[in-house]
Amino acid sequence: MSKDRDVLTGVHFLNGDDAIAEGALAAGCRFFAGYPITPATEIAERMAKRLPEVSGVYIQMEDEIASMAAVLGASWGGNKSMTATSGPGFSLMMENIGLGMMMETPCVVVNIMRGGPSTGLPTLVGQGDVMQARWGSHGDYGVIALTPSSPQEAFDMTIEAFSLSERYRIPVIVLSDELIGHMYERVVIPEKKFLPRIRRRKPRKAPSEHLPFQGGEDLVPPMACAGEGYRLHVTGLTHDEKGYPVISAEAQERLVRRLCDKIRKHAAEIIRIEEEGTEDAEIIVVAYGCVARSARESVNMARKSGRRVGFLRLLTVWPFPEERIRELAANGVKGFVVPEVNYGQIAGEVERCAVGRDVLMVGLMGGAVHTPEIILEAIEEMA
Amino acid sequence: MRYKLVELEPFQPEETQRKIDETHGLHPDDQYLKPGRIPHIWCPGCGLGIVLSAFIKGLDSTEIPIDNCAVVSGIGCTGRVAGYLNMDTYHTTHGRAIPFATGLKLAKPEMQVVVFSGDGDLFAIGGNHLIHAARRNMDLTVICVNNFNYGMTGGQAGPTTHMGAKTVTTPYGNCEYPFNLTHLAYASGAVYVARWTSFHARYLIESIQKCFAKKGFKFIEVLTPCPTGYGRPNRLGSGLDQMKVYRDNSEIRNHINPMEADSELRGPIVVGEFVDEEKPTFLDRYEEGVLSKARSG
Ligand SMILES: Cc1ncc(C[n+]2csc(CCOP(=O)(O)OP(=O)(O)O)c2C)c(N)n1
Ligand code: SF4
Repeated sequence: MSKDRDVLTGVHFLNGDDAIAEGALAAGCRFFAGYPITPATEIAERMAKRLPEVSGVYIQMEDEIASMAAVLGASWGGNKSMTATSGPGFSLMMENIGLGMMMETPCVVVNIMRGGPSTGLPTLVGQGDVMQARWGSHGDYGVIALTPSSPQEAFDMTIEAFSLSERYRIPVIVLSDELIGHMYERVVIPEKKFLPRIRRRKPRKAPSEHLPFQGGEDLVPPMACAGEGYRLHVTGLTHDEKGYPVISAEAQERLVRRLCDKIRKHAAEIIRIEEEGTEDAEIIVVAYGCVARSARESVNMARKSGRRVGFLRLLTVWPFPEERIRELAANGVKGFVVPEVNYGQIAGEVERCAVGRDVLMVGLMGGAVHTPEIILEAIEEMA
Repeated sequence: MRYKLVELEPFQPEETQRKIDETHGLHPDDQYLKPGRIPHIWCPGCGLGIVLSAFIKGLDSTEIPIDNCAVVSGIGCTGRVAGYLNMDTYHTTHGRAIPFATGLKLAKPEMQVVVFSGDGDLFAIGGNHLIHAARRNMDLTVICVNNFNYGMTGGQAGPTTHMGAKTVTTPYGNCEYPFNLTHLAYASGAVYVARWTSFHARYLIESIQKCFAKKGFKFIEVLTPCPTGYGRPNRLGSGLDQMKVYRDNSEIRNHINPMEADSELRGPIVVGEFVDEEKPTFLDRYEEGVLSKARSG
């Protein structure tokens, strides 16, 4: 039976955390390393039960630093691998997320955001790690972060996160939050044959000719894993196309620009947004994750009362849809209302792109999500 | 935002190739060294070269195909070992070689995974990972090169620095107690524990050979001279002088409790194969106690 246990095709009633675990299994994840932390623990618990059923490995490490390191190691061993955590653990993972970027290691890092900083609000919602997901590890690198707004999306986006990580060879972040993580809803798991099966590209050249860190046209090099005869040196030091450490400005320029550009140049393919009524909107509400649910409601309320309000939902917060925001700003929108459970992270990005337009950040510091009324009030204020 | 960036200097593989053509293949051990990576960065008199060649000799004497072997290093002078070996090698972050190796081993159980790193890397910043990997009896060979200081960063004190010893950060003498690494590894669950010095190359090769044939968490400590970082402030002389200290003041005592294995700055230095036990590994237990139940459940 083990064979068919990876995709639980059917209709389920799941919370977002469990949906992420099922999404990972459906995507072919066979290795999970983690450390318990509220509100992400349910993912680890489900993986502990489910991975052995499909002959995968679940291991509880001694901390999140080790978890992230083990996930990278397992990925180089050829497995699709994942870890899941929340704020304090996400902070601990940062150095090795950077290593994953530098080693160009496909894997998925889930952060179920809670209120921070520090221990903050372990059991309550937050969205304060958006900038950390973008800039948390030192140095420059390209980032992909997905923000689900429902358990169904948590499932779907985890699969997508694996596909993107295999495609672009980076740790991809599923940036969910406590509210979605703990919310139960209907989740439909499709048949296996309808699921994407994207795996890292293998080198075609012989080991002696293969340049493991040469990006080629699409800037993403094919990947040879351990034991495949390529005898790679894979290092967190700046390296040349052969993978050999080179401590020079020229090598740094080539490598780091490629690490950034492989995401920047494919941004249009990666970015996913949803728009409603933005064509003729005077005011646009931009939201993601849990807040998008109340934001949509407030937009509907405003529209009913005759206001020209549009809704833009970010399914990927990183890369940020700069061009689209610029376009909307240029099209004569009066302003943007940006509700977030933080003190203005994505709102800052919106403002950066919406030059000359009014941007109203509707902030909550964590512990609760906006009611539609709070956002509606902001819309009224701008109108 | 508009960007103004410099013109990229194209990669010049010819330079590496020239180095390979000129230097690679002259020595029988070269098949184990990554083409074009030698000369290494280590100081004259450093003990690391001896440990590297002992590793090569140890591996060479087994039947293990090179492509079944991976080496994972942390950061430091010792951490550079990975970059010289012609196999799958991973140079990770400071202290994190063991958890990286853990993931690699669990994904590729058929591979031999060896961790090569320094005493600071494995026992200061990475100490927690070491004791936990030993507790789990993760099937890894850990070779810890102990030069009693942080070589790479210029000779600061670390968790192995002798009491009273001078370093750039202990100018008045170190006032902390050092770890006995073999005792710590054993107490944490290691099934094989040995300590040698760079003088004891033959014994070291034998220990490495044994580790390749044995399952579980295996730990080898190798005391080495670091004339640059530790030798100078403590007036220990050159690397060769340090080797003489190892020759004259060390005593081989196999099968003792590592707790009794002293290692003082100028001797006595107790070396030997202290522990060689059998115990099911993490993966054995996982197969038996978890996978079999989950599959039948
Ligand atoms: C997180 C982090 N902190 C500090 C450093 C700087 N650093 C590089 S190597 C090293 C010490 C290495 O000492 P050891 O492990 O004993 O190896 P050795 O160089 O002596 O072989 C330190 C502190 C680092 N690379 N990363
Ligand atoms: S600093 Fe010490 S350990 Fe590092 S290469 Fe020089 S002698 Fe060897």
